[in-house]
Amino acid sequence: MGRTLAEKVWDQHVVRRGEGQEPDLLYIDLHLVHEVTSPQAFDGLRLAGRRVRRTDLTLATEDHNVPTKDLHLPIADETSATQVSTLRRNCEDFGVRLFPMGTQDQGIVHMIGPEQGLTQPGTTVVCGDSHTSTHGAFGALAFGIGTSEVEHVLATQTLPLRPFKTMAIEISGTLRPGVTSKDVILAVIAQIGTGGGAGYVLEYRGEAVRQMSMEARMTMCNMSIEAGGRAGMVAPDETTFAYLRDRPHAPKGEQWDAAVAAWRELRTDDDAEFDAVVHVDADALTPFVTWGTNPGQGLPLGESVPDPATMDDDDAAATRKALEYMALEPGTRLRDIAVDVVFLGSCTNARIEDLRAAAEILRHHQVADSVQMLVVPGSMRVKAQAEAEGLDVVFTEAGAEWRSAGCSMCLGMNPDQLSPGQRCASTSNRNFQGRQGKGGRTHLVSPLVAAATAVRGTLSSPEDLVDDRADTTTLQPA
Amino acid sequence: MDAFTTHTGIGTPLRMSNVDTDQIIPAVYLKRVTRTGFEDGLFASWRADPSFVLNTEPYSRGSVLVAGSDFGTGSSREHAVWALLDYGFRVVVSSRFGEIFKGNSSKAGLLAATVEQSDVELLWKKIEQRPGLELTVDLEACTITADDLTVRFTIDEYTRWRLMEGLDDIDLTLRHAEDIDAYEAGRPAHKPVTLAT
Ligand code: SF4
Repeated sequence: MGRTLAEKVWDQHVVRRGEGQEPDLLYIDLHLVHEVTSPQAFDGLRLAGRRVRRTDLTLATEDHNVPTKDLHLPIADETSATQVSTLRRNCEDFGVRLFPMGTQDQGIVHMIGPEQGLTQPGTTVVCGDSHTSTHGAFGALAFGIGTSEVEHVLATQTLPLRPFKTMAIEISGTLRPGVTSKDVILAVIAQIGTGGGAGYVLEYRGEAVRQMSMEARMTMCNMSIEAGGRAGMVAPDETTFAYLRDRPHAPKGEQWDAAVAAWRELRTDDDAEFDAVVHVDADALTPFVTWGTNPGQGLPLGESVPDPATMDDDDAAATRKALEYMALEPGTRLRDIAVDVVFLGSCTNARIEDLRAAAEILRHHQVADSVQMLVVPGSMRVKAQAEAEGLDVVFTEAGAEWRSAGCSMCLGMNPDQLSPGQRCASTSNRNFQGRQGKGGRTHLVSPLVAAATAVRGTLSSPEDLVDDRADTTTLQPA
Repeated sequence: MDAFTTHTGIGTPLRMSNVDTDQIIPAVYLKRVTRTGFEDGLFASWRADPSFVLNTEPYSRGSVLVAGSDFGTGSSREHAVWALLDYGFRVVVSSRFGEIFKGNSSKAGLLAATVEQSDVELLWKKIEQRPGLELTVDLEACTITADDLTVRFTIDEYTRWRLMEGLDDIDLTLRHAEDIDAYEAGRPAHKPVTLAT
């Protein structure tokens, strides 16, 4: 019988097959490191007198704690400052390459792998961070690990792992204009639930996926974890190769040809069987937003806040709790929900394409007076690219704040946080209680919805703006 | 990780059951960036109480903690094990442990010895009759001796072997270092490296 993409990549990395109940030992091609989950791993090495086995397969960045403005000032929060300075010392002591904050290659850990050309098809990628699944967009097997596993990979460049199951997410048809891969993944999570993918590697397949850019595929793979998945993957194709070509760490010359030849083999065999299959009809999708406190609590923007009275007991209880926290009434049209803050950022949606899409809308509109909009590019490379294209000017002229790269308001470990009670339309991936700041309320949205929402002050899609403009033209003589 | 065969040290009675990992070390003590030094956080919410057992001589110098049932339940934080080790405990005795805590213990070299609840009671009595009494824990024989009392403990064979050999997860993997070397020798040349270009 044929094998799935995930199984092929797994098989190519088995250092040693486990006997009986033992796990397989897998080789890790790329280990990404950041300041939050690595300190104790390095210290563990130090205590045991061990070194990093392959510094040439390890790369570190500062992202979770870094401020996104006034980078010349010392980091005010003591824990944040300590984590960053500890990473610097550890990288120096152990010889690991580091992209420090403020420098040209720094960015969120899941941005730097792809943009450096390090995340390649058929590689195994790990990082002490659950959204490592992002890298699967290249046909890599990529997943998050805990701190003791970080230490294990630093010391051995391998991990003992038990096999996972495979799930196909078949996305047929073509996405309509204004509908993005963020809407697709939010719809998938709402469909299968936040535990639906537990124990599985999700492979996104089908016509709609083939039409997606690498950026769009990364957004989808990024949130595989929110569906409970261990990892997300997309088989590499010409789009993948074109993205990688000429990146700093992509293979060059003959190596490039050899690599592409090997990468073309990386697809699920026609006769392979998945353990589970989920179907999504791309043609039927519209912009999707969350109304609750987990990423599975989402609906199309055209709908209303759900009514717990119409649900069975368990769902009703969870919904009531979520609505209470979110301060929402059943039956309220999602489009009528007013927000205080719009956050365009995070490893889910802060790549150049996301910024371009949002800027395209803001070019013709102003951010509403009632809204504070924060634009935080995912990496300094994206920031530089956006500035070269003049997007920073578009954002600031529209009334948004233009910042430096980092995780920022995705999790509020730095000063970018919601205040209690504030409501935010956010392009990030988690709408948990207090995630963006204590008492903050999060609605997960696409970059297009984020931009349109910033303009109208209530959850909106670009379509709503077109209508507005039509109104204005009829009302005001030219 | 130090190999464990026998250990002799003062017994400390912790007459409490359902001690979860949040009680072993509260979240505010997790901010540290080192692997050691977690002893300040050990049982932090109880340490303010002067009558708490770790504030009483000679129990404060104990290295064998005899606890009530369901020790180490709750969140998976590995810091709970580190805090116990950093304080100086080498052995925790209970009639039942949280599963994840037990797994984390074996990785870090802390012996989690499971005994009958009636034996926990007997050990408490012995220790409290003669504060400062040294207990001897013999991993080969799976026994705990307190004066004229000897009780048996259970531990799974694999964990016992690991502790006796003093092997952590990394040691276990490095026993296959030749396989890793062989794999590395066969990796395709087009695989990326992170060094500056
Ligand atoms: S942007 Fe958010 S989800 Fe992504 S790595 Fe940073 S904190 Fe995690």
